[in-house]
Amino acid sequence: MHGTFVDEPPAAADVRLDHLRALEAESIHIIREVVAEFERPVMLYSIGKDSSVLLRLAQKAFHPAPIPFPLLHIDTTYKFREMIEFRDRYAAEIGARLIVHTNDEAIADGTQPFAVGTQRCCGLLKTKALLDALQDGGFDAAFGGARRDEERSRAKERIFSLRDARGQWDPKRQRPELWHLLNSRIRPGESIRVFPLSNWTEIDVWHYIHAEQIPVVPLYFAKERLVIVRGNSLIVPEQPFVPLHKDERLELVKCRMRSLGCSPCTGAVRSDADTVPQIIEELVAARHSERQLRIIDHDQDGSMELKKREGYF
Amino acid sequence: MSGLLRICTAGSVDDGKSTLIGRLLYDSRGVYEDQVRSVRAASRNRTAGPIDFSLFTDGLRAEREQGITIDVAYRYFATARRKFILADTPGHEQYTRNMATGASTADVAILLVDARHGVREQTERHARIARLLGISTFVLAVNKMDLVDFDRAVFDRIHGEFARLVDGAAVHAIPLSALDGDNVIAPSARTPWFSGPSLLSYLESVELDRTSDNSAFRLPVQLVLRPTHDFRGYAGRIASGRIRAGDTITVWPSGLTTRIARIVTWDGDLDEAFAPMSVTLALEDEVDVSRGDVLARGPIHVSRRFAANVVWMDERPLDPGRPYLLKHTTRTVAAEVDRPLKLNDIGPITVTTATPIVFDGYRDNRTTGSFVLIDPSTNFTAGAGMIAHALDEQAESSNQTSASARIAQAARSAATDAEAAETVRLMLEEILT
Repeated sequence: MHGTFVDEPPAAADVRLDHLRALEAESIHIIREVVAEFERPVMLYSIGKDSSVLLRLAQKAFHPAPIPFPLLHIDTTYKFREMIEFRDRYAAEIGARLIVHTNDEAIADGTQPFAVGTQRCCGLLKTKALLDALQDGGFDAAFGGARRDEERSRAKERIFSLRDARGQWDPKRQRPELWHLLNSRIRPGESIRVFPLSNWTEIDVWHYIHAEQIPVVPLYFAKERLVIVRGNSLIVPEQPFVPLHKDERLELVKCRMRSLGCSPCTGAVRSDADTVPQIIEELVAARHSERQLRIIDHDQDGSMELKKREGYF
Repeated sequence: MSGLLRICTAGSVDDGKSTLIGRLLYDSRGVYEDQVRSVRAASRNRTAGPIDFSLFTDGLRAEREQGITIDVAYRYFATARRKFILADTPGHEQYTRNMATGASTADVAILLVDARHGVREQTERHARIARLLGISTFVLAVNKMDLVDFDRAVFDRIHGEFARLVDGAAVHAIPLSALDGDNVIAPSARTPWFSGPSLLSYLESVELDRTSDNSAFRLPVQLVLRPTHDFRGYAGRIASGRIRAGDTITVWPSGLTTRIARIVTWDGDLDEAFAPMSVTLALEDEVDVSRGDVLARGPIHVSRRFAANVVWMDERPLDPGRPYLLKHTTRTVAAEVDRPLKLNDIGPITVTTATPIVFDGYRDNRTTGSFVLIDPSTNFTAGAGMIAHALDEQAESSNQTSASARIAQAARSAATDAEAAETVRLMLEEILT
């Protein structure tokens, strides 16, 4: 049977999408595929700029219907206070269902980066907490805001990243992804991590935030903050256990966060950028990658790849 | 000039592909200083000059240890004129599937050739895969020109050989030294006989063959959105063409015709939408539409049987005695093929699906003309297919065996009992539904 329909001469095309709208369309396609093909998706919400963009894309993907999955925040309890305030306010404002999960047992044991080291701290408060929360919720697909331009092992990630029953990633067993055809087949116990922002860069994210007027945590904007100046890092001493070394004192420095994580392990950068266009301008001139100030990326060789193999995003 | 240019790169091992990309990223400031420092620190043992640019792209430990690129790496850079997504694909033959993956979404392929060696078997293979995957614009980067004294005769000979290889495609050849940067970003004084643009200038200005913009409207339905009793919308991404509110469309495979009532987006209703936008369409009539259906204008094929070219990507060969899952647009169906293929084989096969699919030829439409074959026992994406043309459903092979014989054969060929049980379950499911 060959279906045919009246042949019409096509109209001449003169319109094309600018690159942000092309990225947006691709991400929405990915988000919809997941909802169509998985039983219980969840969106990891880290409160950062990438999460904010992801959330907006989810709103767009299902409009006029509401977002059909909950948000999950893995709270290490060491996030910046402003992040938590923003999280609760924004989730309520857009009417999203928010699940917050903490590895309470590890916190009760006194887990913090200076006591157990950053690798173990991340392992317990982020990776284990995440795996437990995914298991508790019975989630078979978890959206994350990771981008391939962030880090070189992430450059190798698929859009649908298959994880075994323990959430682990095997870079040698990745499925080819051709065209825009995403393979959703998993065995019982397996799950996928989904990265709709795979093809976005840091500057794309900011351009989109600007174009869409998406609210972000005020920590991204420069202002005078009381920080510990440690070599090239500026540490915001929100947690009482962050030690003040000899010859160090608190200084008032105009700075901002380029990437948001846990306050003891995320450095601020000196900056005067206090609007989104100024941030974009600063990034265009920037000579350092955004994850440079994320201590956890540099605690061993191939550090992100190893964390991902263990189940990290 | 605006928009996104998707590029894939290919070439034989040691043609200097990763070096060229590293140079492109470094000189167009697509990499940052801390990444440069960590690469400098790791540059020992490798012989690509003061900075080993390939370490920017070889992101996995196994790759750095072995000094080769295993997996596709995606890289992003932008100039004032354009944003680029670059799929850096491995040269080793065993990773041909990654070459196909990179080429599947690319607008332009950069093929590297070592000026000393000229076009080699691997170059031919990559050119063939890229051509098969629909790439019609090639950059022939003749690298290591410094090692042949920038000899124009060498360049012209390689250019001629390559042009014959990709007959019908646009070829822009550039004499390069990736290591020294000649003609990468800026024109080189060492090639006074070459008047063309540098690699980056060419990529910034290349006009693409946008025939898909002019082709007929296609929207494979991803989801049906029903937030309230009075709204029913069909969400999907426009694969080709454009649509306006009020236009008549046909729902396939049912063949029912209706009109577009509204083009709904979060940013408000649109009068017009075009590829590759993701939209939600509300229709005038209450017609039955579900995921996997295609909303279309113009002629389209609906068939259970078609001829296709398939790139086989799994170590386990394609087996005509086993059922596979075929994912095409937003529809997944059971499928069988008529002949075997081994890893890295590229071959024409006949595919028969359990239920009809709605498609175009790959030549006309990369989205509605492509599919993947998934092995139901491993769930691996094992084959990449490009539809050539529809075949008569009645002409199914005369030596076709009975369903029970096929199930028995599939069960015998399974590696484990669990796999056999799953395969039989799937086949029965297909027969019964």
